[in-house]
Amino acid sequence: MDPTDRRYTVEHEWVLLEGDTALVGITSFAQDQLGDVVYVELPKVGDKVEAMKPFGVIESVKTASDLFAPVTGTITEVNQRVMTEPQLVNDAPYQDGWLIKVKPDNLADVDSLLTAEQYGDHVSNS
Amino acid sequence: MVDFGGWDMPIQYRGILAEHAAVRNAVGVFDLSHMGRLFVRGQGATDLVQALTTNDVSRLAPGRAQYSLICDDDGRILDDVIVYNLEDQMLVVVNASNREKILAWIEQVRAGALAGIDADIHDATFETAMIGFQGPESARLLQEIVSVPLDNLRYYAAMAGTLLDRSALIARTGYTGEDGFEVIVSAADGPWVWDTLLEPRGGVEPTACGLGARDTLRLEMGMALYGHEIDETRNPYQAGLGRVVKLAKGAFVGHDALAVISEQGLDLKLAAFELTAGGVPRQGYPVLVNGKTAGQVTSGNVSPSLNKPIGMAYVPAAAAEIGTEIAIEIRGRAVPAKIVSLPFYEHRTRRSATSGTSRG
Repeated sequence: MDPTDRRYTVEHEWVLLEGDTALVGITSFAQDQLGDVVYVELPKVGDKVEAMKPFGVIESVKTASDLFAPVTGTITEVNQRVMTEPQLVNDAPYQDGWLIKVKPDNLADVDSLLTAEQYGDHVSNS
Repeated sequence: MVDFGGWDMPIQYRGILAEHAAVRNAVGVFDLSHMGRLFVRGQGATDLVQALTTNDVSRLAPGRAQYSLICDDDGRILDDVIVYNLEDQMLVVVNASNREKILAWIEQVRAGALAGIDADIHDATFETAMIGFQGPESARLLQEIVSVPLDNLRYYAAMAGTLLDRSALIARTGYTGEDGFEVIVSAADGPWVWDTLLEPRGGVEPTACGLGARDTLRLEMGMALYGHEIDETRNPYQAGLGRVVKLAKGAFVGHDALAVISEQGLDLKLAAFELTAGGVPRQGYPVLVNGKTAGQVTSGNVSPSLNKPIGMAYVPAAAAEIGTEIAIEIRGRAVPAKIVSLPFYEHRTRRSATSGTSRG
């Protein structure tokens, strides 16, 4: 099962709350489906993101895919390492391969996202 | 699995980058059975192939192969093919997605302009299998299991022999830019040959490669892929394939139209580019010249060997000069790029006496 310390979206992003900031990345299932990641296009610090709207693009050798914001909020940090080492998303999707940090407008929004168990069901049914 | 010209084909086995690297550094194995294999037999076999294709079959010695094109009467590209002279017959390897179209086309021209040529077309696609074995270690490993003396098998040459105890046609051709082989066996032997070629030998474990690596490998070589760089809207000169159009050989389908086109200036030309900023160019993206849309990307990706974004595109002939600065529009953003020469990555085939761009 995916890590139970965080929440998930149907679009295969994960969110881990660290204080009042949400760390966002894509799931192991998502990186596996994409294959070798070669490019990540991310917003800038200070940009606003809106729940379930695209905030960036992730590209593998195979395909390009939108990244969806799990919650509405403001970008506080962007993972510079994945810009130069996009393979990190494949190698460590739940750790060093994180993508952005967001300060959610409403912290409670995170609780409405899928649990690891619910996400697991979603993946096996899709 | 994806549908590829009616065949279920894997995009990848282990992963595109790992498969790509295996072919550049060791050896990769490709199932190419989807490609159409048309045998042309009879007294007029050479005449028929000569009349259907743009390259000069009269200069194709027995045991040799050549890259060629099949064009329509207007000189537009119906397919790109490899023609093998197998002494007693010719073999034309066509793209999977074009096989039925080409068979219908041959029937059509034989009912008209080419009536009276004494030759039979035998479509052996479903009774044979074709497997690629590509990479710098390919010759050393393959020699352990084939009867053909590979030292004597030149680039773009083919010899009949055996692979262990099974009959096989072994050709030193490919679509990767590396030294390598394409092996044709009976369909019944196909799965066994596939497994055999994947067996570790000589300290090397061959890697199964899917369509993804096949595409990135050929892209680094600047080799055309039907449906991308070439299709029925393009002529050979636009695609930079004028070298395989031999107008002087005499009449062939498309000759007169191509003779006219060869005299005219080109409007659009296929060019190679690399991005000078981040992004991944993909088929269909607009090409901007001086800020205006002036062309379209035909293929693009991040080159696994060079780790930079590369692509090919049709651009106005004046913008096709090496060094010209252009831009590729990626999701509404103009990403700077420049025209570069081909290949992106240096060939390492045994091109001692090549007759054209390789292709599988």
